[in-house]
Amino acid sequence: MTSASRNFDVLIVGAGPAGMAAACCASENGLRVAIVDNNPQPGGQIWRGASQSSAVPEAAPWYKKLAASRAQVLSGTEAYDHPAPGKLLASSPGGVCEISYAKLILCTGARERFLPFPGWTLPNVIGAGGLQALVKSGFSIAGKKIVVAGSGPLLLAVAAYLREHGGDVRLIAEQSSWPRLIRFGLALAFQKEKLAQSFALKCQLAGIPYKAGCWPVAAEGNGRVESVTLRSGNKTWKEACDYLACGFFLVPNVELPLLLGCELRAGFVRVDDFQQTTIPEVYCAGEPTGIGGLDLSLVEGQIAGHAAAGNREAARKLFRERDRSRKFAAALGRAFSLRDELHSLPADATFICRCEDVTLARLRNHSCWRAAKLQTRCGMGSCQGRICGPAVEFLLGWKPESVRPPIYPVSVSSLAKNISIESQSSLQEELR
Amino acid sequence: MPDAISVTVNGTAVRVPLNSTALVAILMSRASSPARFVRRSLSGEPRGPLCAMGICFECRATINNQRHSRTCLILCAPGMDIRTDD
Amino acid sequence: MSVASHDVIIIGAGIVGAACALACAREGLRVAIVEAETIGGGATAAGMGHLVVMDDSEAQFALTYFSQLLWQKLATDLPADVEFESCGTIWVAADEEELAAVKQKKVFYESRGVPAEILDAKSLHEAEPNLREGLPGGLLVPSDAVIYAPCAARFLVEQAQSRGAQLYLPAVVTEITADGVRINNGSTLSAHWIVNAAGSWSPSLTPGIEVKKRKGHLLITDRYPGYVKHQLVELGYLKSAHSFTSESVAFNVQPRRTGQMLIGSSRQFGVEGREINSAMLARMLSRAEDFLPGIANLSAIRSWTGFRAATPDKLPLIGPHSAREGGRDNLFLATGHEGLGITTSLGTAALLVDQLLERPSQIPVAPYLPSRARENVHA
Repeated sequence: MTSASRNFDVLIVGAGPAGMAAACCASENGLRVAIVDNNPQPGGQIWRGASQSSAVPEAAPWYKKLAASRAQVLSGTEAYDHPAPGKLLASSPGGVCEISYAKLILCTGARERFLPFPGWTLPNVIGAGGLQALVKSGFSIAGKKIVVAGSGPLLLAVAAYLREHGGDVRLIAEQSSWPRLIRFGLALAFQKEKLAQSFALKCQLAGIPYKAGCWPVAAEGNGRVESVTLRSGNKTWKEACDYLACGFFLVPNVELPLLLGCELRAGFVRVDDFQQTTIPEVYCAGEPTGIGGLDLSLVEGQIAGHAAAGNREAARKLFRERDRSRKFAAALGRAFSLRDELHSLPADATFICRCEDVTLARLRNHSCWRAAKLQTRCGMGSCQGRICGPAVEFLLGWKPESVRPPIYPVSVSSLAKNISIESQSSLQEELR
Repeated sequence: MPDAISVTVNGTAVRVPLNSTALVAILMSRASSPARFVRRSLSGEPRGPLCAMGICFECRATINNQRHSRTCLILCAPGMDIRTDD
Repeated sequence: MSVASHDVIIIGAGIVGAACALACAREGLRVAIVEAETIGGGATAAGMGHLVVMDDSEAQFALTYFSQLLWQKLATDLPADVEFESCGTIWVAADEEELAAVKQKKVFYESRGVPAEILDAKSLHEAEPNLREGLPGGLLVPSDAVIYAPCAARFLVEQAQSRGAQLYLPAVVTEITADGVRINNGSTLSAHWIVNAAGSWSPSLTPGIEVKKRKGHLLITDRYPGYVKHQLVELGYLKSAHSFTSESVAFNVQPRRTGQMLIGSSRQFGVEGREINSAMLARMLSRAEDFLPGIANLSAIRSWTGFRAATPDKLPLIGPHSAREGGRDNLFLATGHEGLGITTSLGTAALLVDQLLERPSQIPVAPYLPSRARENVHA
């Protein structure tokens, strides 16, 4: 494995919409800018695959701008350690890369929240965004019976996408109630564009039943999911399916911000008006500062990019647009907050930790995350608690623990030979 | 299949569309079996992908001798050797 | 005189405190265990769980060997999650000079009843094919074992509770009083004896004892069953483990029942923060790669740090604090086990109970008495 060292004025982590917007704005000012991202291509989750197609009209101008900018995109590259101020270590297909920066912009995005219920570990029970990502990566779902369930506006977008690609989408089950959604709809009405978008979706979805106040309580099948048991009010029934695409809104990816020492507030990265975190020269934009969707990610990314490049005037001009998007974000959060009944989704024998196969019954014997981790290994597997952590927080109220490097599994050699170490010859001599 | 490339999954050749991930190749290789799982869990359960975006590690397999690789993050390349752990 | 609520209060439910609690409860004593955070959450969780007989000194041998026999007796009762594995230790020689030391080590062990087998280059390679080519040999000590220590500590506490011990958790002892302890919720517990088994925190409750924090890093890999079969330790380990002041790393790799490997070890004094030191981690892993080059490509999933409770002479403090100036009659210490607390917990507990009950022990207790430090200083 080789090692390389690179140096940038502005480094951006994450090449979703926020990161792409940040890179475009930061490089307007003639600075050396790079984005690192662990996916094969830029676009993040929402624009996955959009670089090769014109299917996503709002993405096209950003791809064009990014290509025209001098910003470098380091795809397939994953930051895993912060060995010293102004430095990140990343693993890449070419080996370990030490990246130095003057300013850092964290656009690490969000992931789906998964809540465990009996049968959720069966093959073909998959995240809603997960199934969409799979189809975008070349997988065919033509003719397959699909139930889309969970919570959040993503369910609508996913259902529309799957149908467009030949999926037989039987039902969208949204756990949130109609009264909540109507309030959210009223908030939407204040933003004409959003309203148009949601109408457009509704048209596409014509024919797909959308049930609010409905959620999955179990998945059944032999070796893979064959049906899902849904509940709505006091009614419970089975729906046959080849895939259950299920996610309960989003949780922010805050592992890297935490590793850098950024403060959180209510689970999200605290930022000032210019998107700067509590750590000087470290900015954050997009979902990690609050789940707000595409528009908020784009405007936050632009503000962070301008601010990191020292162009505070350009950043300031975007504050009003951001304020509008933030109102939308706040409405989103209220509309899709999780109902109490979901606390009783898992049975005693349901696995909560899929890496270590730890059941709810085993967790209940403990009083805190740390004790549970030590005694059961819940959250100690490869995903480092990224899947079970948010579930455990929701189900048992345990707050996540501190973050340590490596924040993603990496090869031992990535941690054994970092470049800044090799330059510290005194340490090396001591070792001999 | 236009623009298809060929990889092997557990020794068997599989043709996948260009820009497919290794995960897609694994799932396509199991097209004839109804259970499209990728790995066995610690207690022996069959598991398929959950997040498909590098978070959950349910899609781990050995790619070109590198064990525990997240197949959802890696694009297929011609001749790629993919092996599942089950 | 007021009636004490307990016969003995054990401060700390690490593996040493847990073992002491069980040993006391077995004697019919009324035991209170007071734990600030979680059972086995300190050095017990941070360390490797290697049950190893050491030849560093006669006293260290005596306590580790005595304890090893106690573990072997207990092994059949241990629940599955303690993951007791008799994998043995291979002390790996890096060069011919170290190979010469292997022969002395074998004589030392065998003359004291511990079987040991010299491995030449070929048999070492057969035993552990992933070790670097060209290593001259090593010493296999088959009776050594490994456990998952946090679950072992919990098992010992549960056993003590089934014999009437009371567990106070979470309860932080803020002060050791004349006849008991004060707890952070304002309450007090009283007892005939108080045992400070708080590991690296013990000096904060009993100032003046010669216990220093010695920081260590560890790393765990993903699952690679059979990659190594024995606990592998470089023979030069003692050289690096000996210093009471400087930083050092040594090759020390342990196979877990899960197929994972623990990779160590590092030692640092004078460092209070729990954060990972990337430079120290890199040194430690480079050292491990020197011996197991193939681990370079294995997936590392987590790293962490912990604090060993170290003493200047590498031996724990087991016995009455009273022998020291200003010491109390009823305060006992069971601390300062550094990297050997998992192994020596059971032996420590036996020696402690013998002293509480004023009866003879199976091995001489003098080398571990807290009073020895003062005598050594004056000598």
